[in-house]
Amino acid sequence: MKPRPFTYIRPETVAEAIAALSEWKEAARVMAGGQTLIAMLNLRLVDCEAIVDISRVSELSAVTRTRTHIEVGAAVTQNALLSRPDLAQEVPLLAKALPWVGHFQTRNKGTVCGSIAHADPSSELPLTLALLGGEVVLRSTRGTRTLKAADFQRGLLSTARENDELVVAVRFPLGAKGEGTGFREVARRHGDFAIVSLAARARADAIDLAVGGVADRPAVRTIARADLSRLDDIVDALAADLGGFEDIHATARYRRDLVRRLARPVIDEALSCSA
Amino acid sequence: MSAPAIRSAQAELPSRSPPHMRDRPSSSPLGKPVPRKEDDALLRGRGRYADDVPAPAGTLHAHVVRSPIPHGVIRRIDTARALAHPGVRAVLTGEDVRALSDPFLVALKQPIPQWTLAVERVRFVGEPVALVVAEDRYIAEDAGELVEVEYEPLPAIVDPEDAVAAGAPLVHPDCGANEVSRREFTYGDPDGAFAAADQVVKLRVDYPRNSFMPMECFVVVAQHRPSDGSYDVLANFQGPFSAHPVMARALRVAGAKLRLRTPADSGGSFGIKLSVFPFVVLMGLAARVTGRPVKWVEDRYEHLLAASSGPNRVTHIEAAVKSDGRILALRMDQMEDYGAFLRAPMPGPLYRMHGATTGAYDVQNLHVVNRVVMTNKAPAGLIRGFGGPQLYLGLERLVQRIALALGMDVLDVIRKNLVPSGAFPYRAAAGALYDSGDYPRCVDIATGAGRLEELKRRRDAARAKGRHYGIGFAAVVEPSMSNMGYLSTMIPASARERAGPKNGAVSLATVNVDPLGTVSVTADLTVQGQGHETVISQIVCDQLGLKMDEVVVNLEMDTVKDQWSIAAGTYSCRFSPGTAVAVHHAAGAIRDKLARIAAKQLNVLPGDIEFVDGMIRSQTNPDNGLAFARVAGTAHWSPVMLPDGMAPGLRETATWAPPELEPPSGDDRINTSLAYGFVFDMCGVEIDPDTFEVRIDRYVSMHDAGRLLNPLIAEGQIRGAFVQGLATALYEEFRYDDKGGFLTGTLADYLIPTVTEVPEIEILHIESPSPFTALGAKGLAEGNCMSTPVCVANAVADALGIENVPLPITPMRLHAILSGPEKTPPRQAKAAPAGATAARREGARELTGSGAVTIGAPVPEVWRALLDPENLKATIPGCHALDVVGENHYRADVSLGVGPVKGRFRAEVRLTDLETERSGRLSGGITGPLGDASGAGMLRLEAIDGGTRISYDYEVAVGGRAAAIGGRLLDGASDLVIRQFFERFASRLGASSGAPSVSWWSRITSLFRKPR
Repeated sequence: MKPRPFTYIRPETVAEAIAALSEWKEAARVMAGGQTLIAMLNLRLVDCEAIVDISRVSELSAVTRTRTHIEVGAAVTQNALLSRPDLAQEVPLLAKALPWVGHFQTRNKGTVCGSIAHADPSSELPLTLALLGGEVVLRSTRGTRTLKAADFQRGLLSTARENDELVVAVRFPLGAKGEGTGFREVARRHGDFAIVSLAARARADAIDLAVGGVADRPAVRTIARADLSRLDDIVDALAADLGGFEDIHATARYRRDLVRRLARPVIDEALSCSA
Repeated sequence: MSAPAIRSAQAELPSRSPPHMRDRPSSSPLGKPVPRKEDDALLRGRGRYADDVPAPAGTLHAHVVRSPIPHGVIRRIDTARALAHPGVRAVLTGEDVRALSDPFLVALKQPIPQWTLAVERVRFVGEPVALVVAEDRYIAEDAGELVEVEYEPLPAIVDPEDAVAAGAPLVHPDCGANEVSRREFTYGDPDGAFAAADQVVKLRVDYPRNSFMPMECFVVVAQHRPSDGSYDVLANFQGPFSAHPVMARALRVAGAKLRLRTPADSGGSFGIKLSVFPFVVLMGLAARVTGRPVKWVEDRYEHLLAASSGPNRVTHIEAAVKSDGRILALRMDQMEDYGAFLRAPMPGPLYRMHGATTGAYDVQNLHVVNRVVMTNKAPAGLIRGFGGPQLYLGLERLVQRIALALGMDVLDVIRKNLVPSGAFPYRAAAGALYDSGDYPRCVDIATGAGRLEELKRRRDAARAKGRHYGIGFAAVVEPSMSNMGYLSTMIPASARERAGPKNGAVSLATVNVDPLGTVSVTADLTVQGQGHETVISQIVCDQLGLKMDEVVVNLEMDTVKDQWSIAAGTYSCRFSPGTAVAVHHAAGAIRDKLARIAAKQLNVLPGDIEFVDGMIRSQTNPDNGLAFARVAGTAHWSPVMLPDGMAPGLRETATWAPPELEPPSGDDRINTSLAYGFVFDMCGVEIDPDTFEVRIDRYVSMHDAGRLLNPLIAEGQIRGAFVQGLATALYEEFRYDDKGGFLTGTLADYLIPTVTEVPEIEILHIESPSPFTALGAKGLAEGNCMSTPVCVANAVADALGIENVPLPITPMRLHAILSGPEKTPPRQAKAAPAGATAARREGARELTGSGAVTIGAPVPEVWRALLDPENLKATIPGCHALDVVGENHYRADVSLGVGPVKGRFRAEVRLTDLETERSGRLSGGITGPLGDASGAGMLRLEAIDGGTRISYDYEVAVGGRAAAIGGRLLDGASDLVIRQFFERFASRLGASSGAPSVSWWSRITSLFRKPR
């Protein structure tokens, strides 16, 4: 469990970071908190020639709030965001989902953007971003572009990021007045990869429901409030549609049944805290 | 969250004093909850673990190259590239090991030779195949990837019942069968009892393969001295030291020429660290070959893969019962799976409990069949509880089934059959001599004080709301200090006679007093974190009237300089009935000597001397006394002042060997242990109706371990064993697929409960002192490993009304048992293409899937492209080179990956069963450092709107590293890689088509549409 040799690059600025990525391209991996990448390096699952460690790029360490969203820089750790005093008012779903991300100790190092860039199908933060319709900001020496969450995460550990691009920030839309949210996760132990995670947002006329851990990326479905009377049928069809992956902890069928059984309580939670 | 208060109660004081025990002065720390002396350093990060011990100058570092396949012949090992790697000093293979060492000795006489590296064959995933020794570990691991091993795979056998079936592949062909030992035992008249029974109740239970995993993995630092051919090895070995002769013989040296040393602190052991011994030999050989010290630190991946585990066992058990609940006789057939090799002292778990097979019950008619089976899994070994968890899973589940069959309360069946109060010492059917106890009283106390009523109230309230709630019980006898002769029960009495008797258990300890009066102690133990330093200090202070910090205990073992016997080490709860007694006697000998010296100087009789608060003085005239240090100094400084005939110096070694540990009798009765404690557990569980998660609502654990030497340490041990018992019940299992691939290579898949998953428990004690040990104390550190798994299983069985409770009891497994047909199954169920059922059998290796692509090109063109090597080269993801081996048969170098995970593989691909322009079969495999995969799939072509639709299904089996550590993502990853192939194929041919792809993938995006 020792990594193969690699070149370690620790830029001080975004310009240096994207210059390094532009030089090394697919041979480089970006490291922020390293909570996933270092384990993968040690297990020799990842073979790369260079690590670009952006954890000390001060430009990336800020959380900024605009009229429509909060923007989280790529060096912001999960615990730094979670300890933001107004988070529960700004983006209530983030405040509910973040405590489920790994463990307290891993959240001290693990970053919000890193989790989203890694695109694990069981991760809570990509699920949250997908449900809220957030955005990912990418920068390279070629310029900056902003993608919708749904356009960014392409599949299992796969995103629209080009090899020379750096995820510099993600944007979570601010919770609207009167909205309610719910979150529920099933894992074998606290902090484990979710077998299934569910998030819901109750808006004035519809419910958004997101399902993680079942397919290769978060699945989001919008249900009109008028259709809530046939919620069981909608969720049953959703579960069947997702199919689901299998592993030693959960059959696809178990995952589908968790979706069927837990969607309603999550939606009820969202409805109960909506205006 | 506020934790409930710890409710640990002294239920009642014992009614009689243990023999040989003086009245203890109130200042004595023995029996009191003295905080552990060890903890200050451990909690401040100042432990001195094996890896912290400074390595000698010039130390090299080793990396073990391991087999990625479960069974195969080693055709060739090429070490040239690894040896040429800068910084590499040596590469050892099985051939080197065979030339320099002998196979390990094993108790069972069967042709199962095991060296420390695989010779000729590999027999389990993770088996050491080569050792790379280099200037540092990074270099060693880099070079490890350059060791080329060519295997000829053989079919692997995984399940023990499959292993004994006719025609099964043989793990050791020279044995002629995979069942390498079978013994049958009859005590009393079981056949007569079964004929007289009102009912026969039967049950089959499966005990899983698991570990109690230490935080610290194996560490070995080995040196070789060419001048005398001796080895000097530091290792975090735990014992038993019966393995020392095994190591010395393997190294071909006299025992004294293998100096084995153990470190001051341990990061946990739990039985697992017996199994470091093959690596003591391997690193010794590496030191000899390189002429340099060699250090190896096992990493977590290696540890999970192949360090050790408890054996899995299949038990068929049945009871002959009367309708009043009385058990007349028991029959059991125990088939224990030891994996690919038997390592000394295996098959210990199958025989360690043998004398106590009837557990806590007074059943004198017993029939037992014990079978040892070999499979292509990692060798099993010593583990906390050692045979107890396996035994009681069958026995205590059966008691619950008996109650159901008879329509009785489980507690009534338990009470009806418990060994009665007042029956001690009690001789059990198979020979155990239960020393002391009061089992019915323990049950009364545990279920009393409203505890059982409260459980029933909670159960009834939950059930009234339609929730699943159940109550479970377990009554177990917990043995401590093994009879060294127990394993010889495995061989017939006639063979035992020829071999000479084996029995007993020797304990040794030395107490030394220096000229300043400071006491130091060494003993035949290894440190594993139980707090022995503290308890030894308590025992010495009790004898010598000193304070805890005036006693220094050093438990670093040095086999050349310290006292030890083959029974030495820390295992099978031998401390309290064994080493503690030796310490007591050694300190007693010092006390006697000091008393005689002081009596002469104080002019009183030795019988009048007492040791209090650092003074040695007259009991009748406490003013007439001397400081402890002053008297101790006399023995060093002034031999002439000693009483006549007394030897100078103050160093006493005591030996303790209990007479009750006799060899097996001619009719195979064996007193397997010296002392037998008792545990009675009771719990309430609730199962979540949505997620099928099991929650422990209440847990009560009642113990009788004789005299408690330190109640605080006792509580720590009970809590620790409870957590591991809970792990067995709900979480931990080493999983293999049905082809022998290993699936739990990370702690994300091998699930150790954390503090979040562990409920608060209530601990109760009574003390029935053992008449066979000087301190009246018994072991207590293994009981809950034995009682908790089955107690939880019984509660789950009660909650759900099920007979077969799968261990570990996972939500997925309960869901599979309890969920009916699916309301709306997925349209494309992930099912084997050959029409297999939609639900994959647990353990089946194949990942399956299907999909389709539509290509904007006519069928003939698509067909030609499929058979065109140039096109394939461009289509196969990450293809670097493609060689045509034969018609429609290719070899390629490919880079495959998902997201950040990428690896290079050698691929071999064939297209067969071709029906021109209609269908074909694509099959092949890939191998590389990340693992291997093989699979096959059918392709079907059909014309559609001027284009071509290719539909495919596949079956892929993934093995090696990828399967061991990436299991969670494999299903998705195989889907992705296969889809990539077809999408690239489609886009190459049909870029102009614009026809929508109808792949499985696109179904996910359909989620954004309204439901039908």
